Formats: sequence, structure tokens, C-alpha cells
Amino acid sequence: MTSFRNGPDTNGLFGAFGGQYVAETLMPLIHDLADEYEKAKQDPEFAKELAYFQRDYVGRPSPLYFAERLTEHCGGAKIYFKREELNHTGAHKINNCIGQILLARRMGKKRIIAETGAGMHGVATATVAARFGLECVIYMGTTDIDRQQANVFRMKLLGAKVIPVVAGTGTLKDAMNEALRDWVTNVDSTFYLIGTVAGPHPYPAMVRDFQAVIGKETREQMQAQEGRLPDSLVACIGGGSNAMGLFHPFLDDQSVEIIGVEAAGHGIETGKHAASLNGGVPGVLHGNRTFLLQDDDGQIIDAHSISAGLDYPGIGPEHAWLHEIGRVQYTSVTDNEALDAFHKCCRLEGIIPALESAHALAEVFKRAPSLPSDHLMVINLSGRGDKDMQTVMHHMADAVNQQENN
Amino acid sequence: MSRLQARFAELKQQNRAALVTFVTAGDPGYDASLAILKGLPKAGADVIELGMPFTDPMADGPAIQLANIRALAAKQDLAKTLKMVREFRQDDQGTPLVLMGYFNPIHKYGVERFIAEAKESGVDGLIVVDLPPEHNVDLCDPAQAAGLDFIRLTTPTTDDKRLPKVLNGSSGFVYYVSVAGVTGAGSATLEHVEQAVARLRRHTDLPVSIGFGIRTPEHAATIARLAEGVVVGSALIDQIEKADSSDAAIKGVLDLCSQLAEGVRGARQ
Repeated sequence: MTSFRNGPDTNGLFGAFGGQYVAETLMPLIHDLADEYEKAKQDPEFAKELAYFQRDYVGRPSPLYFAERLTEHCGGAKIYFKREELNHTGAHKINNCIGQILLARRMGKKRIIAETGAGMHGVATATVAARFGLECVIYMGTTDIDRQQANVFRMKLLGAKVIPVVAGTGTLKDAMNEALRDWVTNVDSTFYLIGTVAGPHPYPAMVRDFQAVIGKETREQMQAQEGRLPDSLVACIGGGSNAMGLFHPFLDDQSVEIIGVEAAGHGIETGKHAASLNGGVPGVLHGNRTFLLQDDDGQIIDAHSISAGLDYPGIGPEHAWLHEIGRVQYTSVTDNEALDAFHKCCRLEGIIPALESAHALAEVFKRAPSLPSDHLMVINLSGRGDKDMQTVMHHMADAVNQQENN
Repeated sequence: MSRLQARFAELKQQNRAALVTFVTAGDPGYDASLAILKGLPKAGADVIELGMPFTDPMADGPAIQLANIRALAAKQDLAKTLKMVREFRQDDQGTPLVLMGYFNPIHKYGVERFIAEAKESGVDGLIVVDLPPEHNVDLCDPAQAAGLDFIRLTTPTTDDKRLPKVLNGSSGFVYYVSVAGVTGAGSATLEHVEQAVARLRRHTDLPVSIGFGIRTPEHAATIARLAEGVVVGSALIDQIEKADSSDAAIKGVLDLCSQLAEGVRGARQ
């Protein structure tokens, strides 16, 4: 059997996706990074250091929790939560940040930059930069700053400088452009800590490897609790790092059905969504060839999602490839479906999920009821919802107003 | 001989550098942009770089970002940019014209179709910022096979080990980005540029054009003593940004172009 876990090739390609589409100024840096990462992977000291911080700083392993009341409510599949929201800083993002900051330190870099959408990656980056005493600059779109005030404040508390990005719609893609501009200007001192499985090679593979701890733990925990592998995995996808982290260790297990959930915003048919695979076509942006939301002239279309973390017009290249070969099934969930799942999770399990993770939950609500009770389903609860209070409050107020007007 | 080769050969005989100008196609609108394009050779531009607008110009500073936004707001697209080149070529057969931009609009247009239409429109070369030599098969190889020059950016981070790889796919001229940064950013020291040109000369016989951060006739003259070409972009585009009408934009760009040309032409006398 051919493995689905060997990518990318030496050119950073997963099939026809990925690559290194960046300005010449950055090419030598990207090659350096790839070399340094290869060396680190071979170095037992690096593995030891990473394991230490994962355990004592991040709090790993995260539990695999049987969501009993949710399972009863759905009346079908047996549902487990992989509790990434219990990690330090409240999401899966820190898994990758710890890995990359250790690499940055090996490379002698003194200044860390990052882009952020919902702010979770920004907070995780600011956290590890503080832990290692490195200067930290976070680029964040102005729209996202408005809807994620709490995270902006957290980053500042942690000593990071948050630079508002006005360009475009002031969301994640614009923040990434600005971070790339910073990197091209500060090549010697700066390490660009990309938060998702996108960007030029080696980022998609490197971020995946650091996140794959999620799937590795899930395998072991499920074996321990149920004595076998799960039957299906569900995770939400913006750039796709939490999903890739859960999926990758299972790609060669044909019995495991794998489902990625994109953000359909107001609905794919409205054009206001963030579903690159379900509503986009292949193109080149931010260093990689992948599926993108774009118009007939190849201009990038702004994504829309209630969840800032999914509000990106592209997707990691490995997902694009897994979509094309059909190993992973990619569906989509609207803002309203995600909100509904958000509320149900709060009431049924006493867990306030991030709006990103609520997209995966919404897919579970669609699937679980029609599945048999011995079907083991794992959903990646990638983040906690504390950061989304303001968004959800506004939405509830809007809904009440609408009802009163009707 | 390609138009770029002919132009650089001609200027070498005159012992002067080329003034290479960059403007974004469709900025501030199609008609004004075409008027600028047609006026540039008379105002002293020796080589023209014409930007293909893109929503996400990752390697550009504020001036060219705004130019892209203005052009896209005026509904410029790749088909119109090629049409603009055809209209330019009706009156000008001598001035080399290079299209510059990012890969995605070309990818969407279709590489084969783009190359054929660019060639037929009178385009001489391409600069695609996000296509390093690692991706030659995507566009560089078929473009060169069709007779279009592929101009590479070399930068302060392109070391001696990497230079041959970058230059290997180059033709027309070599563009040296004199500062690590986005377009319009601060300029490099003279010493840095001198060393960089000397380094490039050890690796290539192609003409070297220097860009990034060159804004005044004096600065252009200084660079013109060191290299075969001086590239000015953001300074010209700033003239469009501050103009209150299309006519003022056209006049602003062409006036500055004339001044820069004077600087470049007088540099080695």
C-alpha cells in the first residue's frame, strides 16, 4: 500500500500543491530553515527539549474525553473530545509555537514575528516569546482586533507589540501579507513563526509535525480506552493546522473516516464564506499553491466567517492534496449552524468551545445521530471559547432584535 | 536580437545607463494609465516595467500597494493590461516593455494562453516576484521557449552559492534589489551597491539594473554611474497618489520621469 504520510517531496510539494512561491529575498532564509529543521528532527536533544515543554509547560497530553451527554443527545455514535482547549493558552496553537520557538533559538534569532486571525496564534506566540525572552511582533487585521479585544490585551500583557493591519479587509490574509513584508525587511534578525500548515515549504510540513502530537496521543488514548482505533475523525479547517495534527497519524488507517469542516459563513451559495476547497479553485498565494477563493482574474476574494480563526481565503496545501485524492472528505458548516452547536456544547457538556471548534461540533450533530452506537467518533476540540464572548453576545442580541421586529 | 538586448547595446554605445520606470497598469484608471505609458519613452524612459495589479502584493510597500488598489478599483484586469500593451505598441516599436507582478493572476489566466497573448501583444519580458528558480517549470521555462525574457530579482540575501542558480534562468537583464525590504523602502549605501554590482559581474554578463528606494534625479545619477540600469517605481507612483485629477497624475509622472532621465543621462559625463 502506498502511504499518504510521506509528503512533501524534496521540492515541498504534496502532489501539485505546496512549493516555495516567495520573493527571492526570502528563498535563502527558507532553505536555511528547512535545513535547520531537518537537523533538529535528527537531534535527540531537540526531541527531549520539545517533550519537556509539551508536558510541563503546555500541559500535554490533553485528555481524550468521552462526551457522554452529547452522545446521549445525538443518540448515535459514541463521541469523544480531544481536549486541545485545555492546553496552556487555550488552543492547539501552542503545540506548534513551542516547536518553532525552540528552532528559532537554535538558529540564534532574536526577534519573532507572527500573523494572527482570532488571536490564538498571536497569544501562543507572545507566550513562548515571553518564556524565552525574545522580542515579539504580532500582525493582526483591524477587523480582527475589533472582534478579539481580549486576545489583543493578552498579547500586550505578554509583552508583544501588536501591529494593526488596515489593508484589505483587515483579516488574517492581510496580516500574513504584512508579516511577510516585515520578514523580507528584517531578514537577519527575524524568525517568522507561521501559525498554520500553510506558507512556503518547510512550514506546512513543519507545523504539521509539531501538531501531529494531537493525533499520536489520540491513537494511544483510544487504544487504551476502547482497545481499537476510532472510526471517524472530525476537525474544523481554516488554514488547517488542528485538523492536520489530528488527521496525519491516521492517514494510512483506511478504516478511519476523516472529515474536515470548512466555514461556509452565510452559505457557500452566497459567496460570503471561507470554504476554499468547497468554493475555491487552485492558485498561488502566501508561498504555496493551494485552493483559493479568487475571482476570474485571479484576484483573491476576502473570506467570511463568524469565526476569525477560519476567516482565510486559502487552506494548507496538504489538505488540498488530500481533498484531490479523496482521502479526506471536506464538508462545510454555516455561521448559524456553528452558533447552534456552540450553545448546545455549552449546555450539554459544560464546555464553552471556540467558534472555530463549534464548526466541527456542528458536523458531529449532523453525522452522529444516524451512526451506530459502537461507532467511535473523535472531534478535535481545538480551542476554548472565552475569546468569542463578545461575538456571541452581539449575535444573540441581533437575534433577539430580529425576533422583536418580526 | 530582443528589444531588451538591442536597447542595452545601444545605450552601452552611448555610454549611459538605462532609466527603467515602473508604473502599475490601470492606475489611476485605464485611459490615464495608457497616456502615462505612451508618454514615458518621450519623457526619457528607456525600459518600461508595467505592473500587473494583484490584491495581495506581498513584496510591495505602501505606494505600490495603493497603486494596485486604485487599479483594481478601476476594474483593471490581466486582459486589459495586455490590451494596454497592444495599444502602446501601435506607436512604439523600440522601447522594451516588461510585465511585472505576482503569479496568481497568470496562473488563473492560464500560463500557455498568457505567454501567447503577451508575446503577440508586444511584451518583451516578465518579472514575477513570487516565482524563484525553484519554480522555473511553472512559467520561466515555457516563457523563454516562446521568446520572452525572464528577468530575475537578485537581492542582498542571494549569496554566491545561490547566485548561479538564480542567474541561470535569467535573460534580458538582472534586477538587483538593493535593500532587503519591500518596494519603496529606504535605499542602500553606495558602497553596498558597488560591492553588489561587482559581485554580480563575476557571475553574469547580463546588464545589471538597480532598484528599490531610488527617488531623485541625483540619486538616479549616482546609481547610473555604477550599473547599466536604474529602476524607479514608488517615486513615480507617489505622483499619482498625490494628484487630484487624471491630468495632474499624467503630468506628475512624466515630469518626474524627465527629471530622472536628465539625471541618468548626465551621470557619466
